[in-house]
Amino acid sequence: MAEIQIKNVAKNFGSYQALHDINLTIADQEFMVLLGASGCGKSTLLRIIAGLETATTGEIWIGGRRVDHLSPKDRGISMVFQNYAVFPHLTVFENIGFGLRMQKLPDDEVKRRVERTAGLMHIEQLLKRYSGELSGGQRQRVAVARALAMEPDVILMDEPLSNLDALLRMEMRAELKGVLAESKTTAIYVTHDQVEAMSMADRISVMHQGKIVQAATPIEVYRDPAAEFVASFIGNPPMNFLPAEAAGSGRWTVAGQNLDGPANGKDLKWAIRPEDLRIADQGFGARAKVVEPLGAHLLVTCDVDGHQFRAVLDSELSVKPGDVLTLAPQEGRGRWFDPETTLAVA
Amino acid sequence: MTAVADVVAPDTRKAGRGLYRAGVILLCAWVIIPLYLLFVNTMSSPDTVNSFPKSFIPEFNMGSLEFFMGFQGMLRALWNSVVVALMTMVMSIAIGAPAGYALSRFDFRGKELFRLLILLTRAFPLPLLALPLAVLFIRTGLDDTAFGLALVHTTLAIPFAVLITFSLFSGIPLELEEAAWTLGCTRLTAFTKVILPLVLPGITASAIFAFVISWNEVFAAAVLTIENRTLPAFLLQTLGEAPLHLKFAGGFILVVPALIFIFAVRKYLFAMWGIANR
Repeated sequence: MAEIQIKNVAKNFGSYQALHDINLTIADQEFMVLLGASGCGKSTLLRIIAGLETATTGEIWIGGRRVDHLSPKDRGISMVFQNYAVFPHLTVFENIGFGLRMQKLPDDEVKRRVERTAGLMHIEQLLKRYSGELSGGQRQRVAVARALAMEPDVILMDEPLSNLDALLRMEMRAELKGVLAESKTTAIYVTHDQVEAMSMADRISVMHQGKIVQAATPIEVYRDPAAEFVASFIGNPPMNFLPAEAAGSGRWTVAGQNLDGPANGKDLKWAIRPEDLRIADQGFGARAKVVEPLGAHLLVTCDVDGHQFRAVLDSELSVKPGDVLTLAPQEGRGRWFDPETTLAVA
Repeated sequence: MTAVADVVAPDTRKAGRGLYRAGVILLCAWVIIPLYLLFVNTMSSPDTVNSFPKSFIPEFNMGSLEFFMGFQGMLRALWNSVVVALMTMVMSIAIGAPAGYALSRFDFRGKELFRLLILLTRAFPLPLLALPLAVLFIRTGLDDTAFGLALVHTTLAIPFAVLITFSLFSGIPLELEEAAWTLGCTRLTAFTKVILPLVLPGITASAIFAFVISWNEVFAAAVLTIENRTLPAFLLQTLGEAPLHLKFAGGFILVVPALIFIFAVRKYLFAMWGIANR
C-alpha cells in the first residue's frame, strides 16, 4: 500500500514562489501524471516528493508515513530522470543492480532481480554493455529497469521520454504503461506532452503557475475542463472561446446564436472543442481564413464575429479560404466559463 | 568575355597555409631545440660537453649523469624534491578537491568572488612573502623541513587543484548523484560510488600537476631551506661553481619528469581553462 498524500506543500526559491499550497492525494497503484508547461512547478513538486528538494512548508506522506524529513533513500521511492542518469562507469547489469547492491542483497538475489527487470524492459542482451555503447532508447530502458529493480512503493518519472524521437516515444509510452500496470507500483509521471498524459494516466493533475488547476481522469480533463487554462492547454487544437451575453434566465446569445446555458447573472464565455463542430444549415457564420488538410481531417481556422474559431471537419469537404461556413456545435459539448475567475460554470 | 572567365583568382589560402606552417615550425623549434641540446649534452661524456666544437648527435654516454648522481648532496636533494612534491600533491588534493566540489555543486554567497580570489593568490609575489614567512617558519620550527616547504608549495598548487577539480565535478551531471541518492546512497556513498570513479583520472592529473609545481619551484625552496634543499634550490646554489656537464645533467633531471607529467595530463589542463571539454 503506497498512497501518497501531499498536504499544503509550498515552495519558495528566494522571493519566487514556485508552488502554492498544493494538496493532492494519489491512490495506491494509481498512475498520476503531472501535466503543465515548463516552469509550472511540476518538476519541483516531483523533486519534493522524491526528497531532492525540500518544501518550504507542508507535508508529504507515503504509505501512511510522513517522509518529508527523510532523505531520498529512506522514502521507498525510485526515480527515472529526464537524461536517464545511467552511471557511465558501470555496466548495464551493475546499473540495474546498483540500488540492490546498496541494500546489500545477496549476489544471487541481485542477479535474479536484474535479469527479471531487464527481461521486462527487453534489454537482456545489453547487460554487459556500458552506457556509452547504448542508444538513447536503450539508456531509457536501463533507467526504468534500474528503478523497477528496486521494487519501490512509488516510482517517480521526470519527463522520461522527452529525449526520445517521436516514434520511439510512442512505443515506449505503451510499453511503460503496461510494465507499470503490471508492477502494481504507484507512479507519478511528469510531462509537458498532453498526448503522453492523456494516453498513460489514470488521473491527470494539470498544473499552472505553481498550482494544481484540475486533477481528474483524462477524459474529464478533456471534456470538462475546470478552468479556461485547462481548456486552452489540453487538446490540439485547443477549445474555441466566444463571449456569451445573457438573454434571460438560462438563455444566452453567442455570436448571434441562441443557446441554453447556466442561470447566471453576469456575462460568461462559451467554449467548444474544434472537433465538436459540424457543418449544418443553422449555426455560426464562419468565414474560413486558413485551411489545413491534415489527412485524417481538415483543420479550418475561421473568423466568427471577429473571434478566431477553429473547426476540425471531414477531410472530404472542399473548403477554400474566404468561404463562409455554417458551423453547428454538437449537442451537450459546449462549456461555460466565468471570465473573471476563469473557472468553469455548470 | 571568355578571357575574363579564364582568369583564376590568386589562391590566398595558400599564403595563409604557409604562414600557419611556418608559425607551427617556429613554435615547435622554440620548445624542442633547447630540450634537444639539453638532451645531447646530458647524454655525452663530461669531456665532450666541455670541448669544442659541439656535436649535435648524442653519444649515449652516461658519464655526465653518473657524475651528477655522484655529486655531493645531489641524491639527497633529489630525494628531498620527491618528498616535498609528494606531500604537496597529497595536501593540495586533500584541500583543493573538496573546494572544487563545493564550487561546482553548491550555491553560496561570494562564490564568484571566491573563484577570482583563488586565482589572485597566484598574482601575489612570493618574494614579498619570503621574509615574514621565513621568520614565522623559524619561530614555529618549520624552517628547513620538507613539511614546511610542502606547505608553501601547497598554497601555490591549490588554486590549480581547485580550478581543475571544479571543472571535473562540473562536468559530471548532478542527475547522476541524485539518481544515486534515490537508489539508496547517502551524500558520501554517492560520492565514493559514483562521482569518485568518474573523476579519478582527472584527480590524478590534478595531483600530478601539483607534483610538477612543487618539483619546479625554486624561490621558496631556496629561501626556506638550508640543509634540506630540494633539487632546484640545490642546483641554484651550486650552479655558479659547478662544471658545465653537471648543469646540463641537473637541468635534464629537472626537466624530464615535469615534461612527461605535463604531457600526460595536458587534456585536463585545457579543461581547466575551458578550452576543451574532456
